[in-house]
Amino acid sequence: MTARVATITSGKGGVGKTTATANLGVALASAGFRVVCIDGDIGLRNLDVVMGLENRIVYDLVDIIEGRCKLRQALIKDKRLSDLYLIPAAQTRDKTAVSPQDMIRVAKDLKPDFDWVLIDSPAGIERGFRNAVAPADLVLIVTNPEVSAVRDADRIIGLVEAEEKGPPKLIVNRVKPEMVKRGDMLSTGDILDVLAIELIGVVPEDEIVTVASNQGSPAALDPRSRAGKAFRDIARRMNGEDVPFESLESKDGFFGRISRMVRPGGA
Amino acid sequence: MNFFERLRGERHSAQTAKDRLQLVLVHDRADLPPGKLEALKDDLIATLSRHIEIDVRKVSISLTQDRHQQRLVADIPLAPSRARRRGVG
Repeated sequence: MTARVATITSGKGGVGKTTATANLGVALASAGFRVVCIDGDIGLRNLDVVMGLENRIVYDLVDIIEGRCKLRQALIKDKRLSDLYLIPAAQTRDKTAVSPQDMIRVAKDLKPDFDWVLIDSPAGIERGFRNAVAPADLVLIVTNPEVSAVRDADRIIGLVEAEEKGPPKLIVNRVKPEMVKRGDMLSTGDILDVLAIELIGVVPEDEIVTVASNQGSPAALDPRSRAGKAFRDIARRMNGEDVPFESLESKDGFFGRISRMVRPGGA
Repeated sequence: MNFFERLRGERHSAQTAKDRLQLVLVHDRADLPPGKLEALKDDLIATLSRHIEIDVRKVSISLTQDRHQQRLVADIPLAPSRARRRGVG
């Protein structure tokens, strides 16, 4: 086994990086892949609570890097999925405790035992971001259909390309199809018009995600969750499957067709 | 603005968002914020005015982007020709 390393990042905070990481971890592990999720947000540990593993932490990423434990000792096994693991962030340290070289070394040591290493990047464009991106084979950029989040995504695309990480891929998270339909939310098409990036997933806003994070049980585990389904589709695309995009936000309702006919050139 | 939007007397906020986004990204990518562009415009007017009389109020300068090419587009109308001739003669 040689794992691929995927880093989930965004620039802007609060767009759903940690939720995306937990859900992609669950989705990939459910599909039979061996997965380890690394919380790259040193000092603001959160992936553990989203995955519901906060009570099992003994060692963390900085303990591995500073040699206080073996890699194996810091791997926390998921409660539900036997092929899913977490390496938590240190809570009482800051980003300077880790260097990009440290992350490359940890990822390299994990690669033989896993299919996927997922790294949850902190917000921002500084040390923590550079640490998280350093070992990446694939960078997934999470954004929301909002001017501020898309603007930050554009900045991150530029930085990832400067690191020569190959083209990053975009996850549009928290789409409200009803708002898109009535023209009060940027559509995925609008976002792709302004960003030079390939799409890998569109995740609808879904109350189950909130309930799931309350319970520490990611929505991808819930077959009823639309967001969970979207994350499972992204996991399949990450493994090279050609999964069609569901039209959550189709404008082809009656009103959409009429209004496009009336509007010349769509300007 | 389409018929329905006009009927409601408003513009869809998603289109406003997209327009604002395109403008902010073109400035971000060129690392040239709007204020700096204004300063550039003033310098340009001063330089050009030393050589030719221009219609200062109608000068417009903007950044555009088509695909990967960014462009600084300046539209610099000259002063009405009669005025110019008078200036020269």
